[in-house]
Amino acid sequence: MNRSIIISSVLHTVLIVITAMSLPFLTKKPLDIPPIVSVELIQIAEKTNIPFAPKAKKIIEKKKKKKLKEKEKKLVSEQAPPKKVKKTKTKTVVSLDKKKEKIDNQTPEAVPLPDKTVKQIETKKENKQNPDKLDEEVKQVSEFEKKEFVDLDNIAKLIDKAKEDTSEIIKKNNDITQDQDKNIVTSGLTLSEEDALKAQIFGCWSIPLGLPYNEDLLVRIKLMLEPDGSVAKTEILDHARMNKPGQGFYKVLAESALRAVKLCQPLRVPTSGYERWKELQLNFDAREMLEG
Amino acid sequence: MKKNLIILFLLTVFSTKAFALIEVDITRGNLNPLPLAVSPLSIDDKSKISFEKILKKENIGSEISIIVENNLKISGLFNPISKDAFLQAPDIANLKPRFEDWNLIKAQALITGKVTYINEKLRVEFRLWDILAAKEMMALAFTTVPSNWRRVGHIISDKVYERLTGEKGYFDTRIIYVAEEGPKTQRKKRLAIMDQDGANNKFLTLGNELVLTPRFNPASQMVTYLSYFKNLPRVYLLDIETGTQEVVGDFPGMTFAPRFSPNGKKIIMSFAKDGKSDIYTMDLENRLVEKITNHPSIDTSPSYSPNGKFIAFNSDRSGYQQIYVMKSDGSDVRRISFGNGIYGTPVWSPRGDLIAFTKLHKGKFYIGVMRTDGKGERLLTENYYQEAPSWSPNGRVLIFYRETKTNAKGEGFSAKLWSIDLTGYNERLVETQTDASDPSWSSLLSN
Repeated sequence: MNRSIIISSVLHTVLIVITAMSLPFLTKKPLDIPPIVSVELIQIAEKTNIPFAPKAKKIIEKKKKKKLKEKEKKLVSEQAPPKKVKKTKTKTVVSLDKKKEKIDNQTPEAVPLPDKTVKQIETKKENKQNPDKLDEEVKQVSEFEKKEFVDLDNIAKLIDKAKEDTSEIIKKNNDITQDQDKNIVTSGLTLSEEDALKAQIFGCWSIPLGLPYNEDLLVRIKLMLEPDGSVAKTEILDHARMNKPGQGFYKVLAESALRAVKLCQPLRVPTSGYERWKELQLNFDAREMLEG
Repeated sequence: MKKNLIILFLLTVFSTKAFALIEVDITRGNLNPLPLAVSPLSIDDKSKISFEKILKKENIGSEISIIVENNLKISGLFNPISKDAFLQAPDIANLKPRFEDWNLIKAQALITGKVTYINEKLRVEFRLWDILAAKEMMALAFTTVPSNWRRVGHIISDKVYERLTGEKGYFDTRIIYVAEEGPKTQRKKRLAIMDQDGANNKFLTLGNELVLTPRFNPASQMVTYLSYFKNLPRVYLLDIETGTQEVVGDFPGMTFAPRFSPNGKKIIMSFAKDGKSDIYTMDLENRLVEKITNHPSIDTSPSYSPNGKFIAFNSDRSGYQQIYVMKSDGSDVRRISFGNGIYGTPVWSPRGDLIAFTKLHKGKFYIGVMRTDGKGERLLTENYYQEAPSWSPNGRVLIFYRETKTNAKGEGFSAKLWSIDLTGYNERLVETQTDASDPSWSSLLSN
């Protein structure tokens, strides 16, 4: 009897001790958990409607006006040196092809109809030096414009003219590039020209380090350049990929490439031969850097 | 037919005039951190007074911007520009920044924002601007209780990081570690948790028992760790959100380094028995234990791949300790480490592309990474003693601990947490109140 009481009491004490030891765990206060943060997207309208800060607005407007004036001046001046005239000419050719609005800005009196604009430019250019060459070049553009409406009966004539034009252009290039080889003119930049451009962009391009090295990430950007190397227009060639879901890395890389181009302006382009590099394609590929 | 031929001829003639588009390949760039400006968030006077009362902070707007700035800076990918150089006041910049001004100080991105006090809540609006393209890249607003302001700073940092680098951030996270105090022979070890930047430090255990190897569950805010009970290690589970704690079970022999599976439903660990050690998993729902390896060697430190299909572990089956990878059922065992030295503690990156490890070679400890097939081994840091790497949730940064050598008198010993990113250049001391070891990085608190 006594023995069982002793055993019972010993076991009870053991139980009590064990409970006492493990209880502190139960009394522990739960940690204060940071409450939920609710996130909302701001509507696009809200951001697009933001007014310019008053001071910034003034400055921007001033700059715009200044630019316009400068451009007007350039177009009006008749005594520009021959080389420069050529360059502005080629510029208008490009704009006729692709950016009609730009012409509207530059020549306030221009009418949007392509035929008329061409005529106007022609009349204007008669005042300038080297009228013959110009005329032909402008006509050539107008043919581009009207290609769809060309009457097939006139084709024979056109072919003759086209031949003239080609020879004309080759001649012109010879003038511009002077002692440079013809082959180089058609095949792109010389090695040293390319290296200068590359070296410049290498310095401007901050590679986003978080990109995966094992994915096919190549961003191709087409640039339209001004004769001084500043960038008139950029175009991402696989633009559709920018906003596709799951292409976040591509978007980041493309944006970094665009930043690099903008930061590098004006680009270190060759001093001559604007015709051959007025359009330029840059292929941004970070794999080599990210792997190393 | 004839017409077609003529058109064809016409086209060829015209095409000869066109110049081939010149292509230039850009394969190199600079790895300098991106210069960016974090404008102090603007705040109206009324909100300012309210927040001053509640949070005892003079200007909560600039406090939050400092958190963002600090986070982006320690990532090593951004170079925040000194606020002294700013030309525009926060309230104006918040409307629409004058891009010319920010361009002038060479910022390529700008963060602006506004803090308001609405219905006893903190509302933060922030915008990220691309200065060179002169456009807005992102706009978000957050509402939360005022005491949560630090987290708002971390979330903004994460969003900016993600928008500019293309991968998720790691700033709104916490780190659990073992806080150590006292002389080396009699260390008091407590479990502690803090924000990723060292703020809000809390101790979770009293320090009566030894605690070891805390590891976060990648799927929730749960932690598993080892604690000694009667000189035998026991595996515990601790739910950080509720504070509840439980013993997972008693296992035969010595238990080592428990770790969660990617979905958090299993624990994987190794038990030592009869002079050999094998890898086991335990299902947390039905507590069933499964043996994964069965080899007379010592197999330890298992770590799942993020898709749960593979397990990396240590084994000395080749004579000395190397890293092996096998399928999650234990089949198809392959050795992946072949360099000189002893390899240990493999940890699979949450991104899945790399395995981090500790390496001992000629008396030095290295933390390094290799691809999952063992190729491309890169040693990131070298020191007298360092180990236990743990990945940030985006797989870009490793946190580990480093101990210093004691002198002849046994003095000068310390253990500290360090972080290093994959480039190997951005190594930083993570400040802790006490000495610290065995860190483990949580997943993002908000997703």
